[in-house]
Amino acid sequence: MNLVPIAARVGAPRIVPTRGIPFPAGDPSLDLGAERAWRRRLLETALVAVSTEVHKPTVFDPALVPAVPARAASAAST
Amino acid sequence: MRVVHYINQFFAGIGGEDKASTPPASREGAVGPGRKLAAALAAEGHELVATVYCGDDYAASAPSAATEILALASEAGAELLVAGPAFGSGRYGIACARVAAAASAAGIPALAAMDPSNPGLPEVAPAIAVNSGEAARHMGDALTKMASAAAVLARGGTPGEAEGVISGAPAGARRNTVSPRTAAERAVLLALSRLAGGKQTEIKLPDFGHVAPAAPIADPREALVAILTEGALVPSGNPDRLESARAKHWFRYPLTGRDTMAAGEFQSVHGGFSTVVANADPNRLLPLDVAREMEVSGEIKALYPEYLVTAGNGTAVADATHFGVEWAAELRRAGVQAAILTAT
Repeated sequence: MNLVPIAARVGAPRIVPTRGIPFPAGDPSLDLGAERAWRRRLLETALVAVSTEVHKPTVFDPALVPAVPARAASAAST
Repeated sequence: MRVVHYINQFFAGIGGEDKASTPPASREGAVGPGRKLAAALAAEGHELVATVYCGDDYAASAPSAATEILALASEAGAELLVAGPAFGSGRYGIACARVAAAASAAGIPALAAMDPSNPGLPEVAPAIAVNSGEAARHMGDALTKMASAAAVLARGGTPGEAEGVISGAPAGARRNTVSPRTAAERAVLLALSRLAGGKQTEIKLPDFGHVAPAAPIADPREALVAILTEGALVPSGNPDRLESARAKHWFRYPLTGRDTMAAGEFQSVHGGFSTVVANADPNRLLPLDVAREMEVSGEIKALYPEYLVTAGNGTAVADATHFGVEWAAELRRAGVQAAILTAT
């Protein structure tokens, strides 16, 4: 999460916040099934991000995007 | 002297991004910006005999590109090679640098023109680089400088500052000076100045340039998607010896036949965080298990069969920019439409 401002500062166009530097695609505080569901959420969010037009560094919060990536998603927050 | 000019597919009039995979080819005489260069060279008694061009993706990612381009230049009888100007364009700058370096190494005097911020600059040596300015609005000046520098090279001389020659040293290098105040005093003065609305600083913040966001993909279900990481995840034992900090390299490893990043088969050699939980389940760094599941379910059309990796830990911005340009060129050539990069 604390890398998000850095990613924006260097101009990464589409950013998905995660839960910790040592595990960007996981969360070891969860049990295995819940962690895998979280990883799926992150990838679904990433797919929404790459399907969304952006003009500047834009944050896509996994808690805010639709559960199933739509054909053309729109739920970006900046 | 017989001069051969190298330019990209755009300036050769072949096309834009849709033609970026064009392999190297050669034409007689000057093409596009080469016409003005040819006129300036003619005034010095040199002839621009041929133009070699190549698509940016091909030139920046095909390992044989510089050799192929140099072969075409040699066929045209090059006694001197001039590449660019590439301005701030990363792939084009890398291509110009490699072509000029290859020519120079082969005994053909060569120069490449680009902006000092271009990630290609560190690859120019043993050829020389001429400052082209950052964008095509400087084309006229850039071509004039290139012709002057080429004339000096043709005489067997070494072009210098007068011809706009730049070195591979990073832009914004700092110089030591002696201050009458201690660091503590200067820090307090800067803080007071900031409180008063000032913007003084002793260290200029780096300029990361601007990356134009790629257009969105129409539908992930029709897309080839790549997963990448700067988390230094490598096969156990680190066979290619990826650095754990200040990386100068990146690598690609196959994902074919794998449904998960198995513990024990991969390890992170990143030196900037504790790798214990990542090594216990490397999917926490590179989400292959879920990505594969999404490929099977049709949520994405296909997963790119390799992952690209470096160590993002104290990596020089110039190196990171360079890696990014190479990754983008490689992925575009392979037809990848979207990339998910995990960052640690």
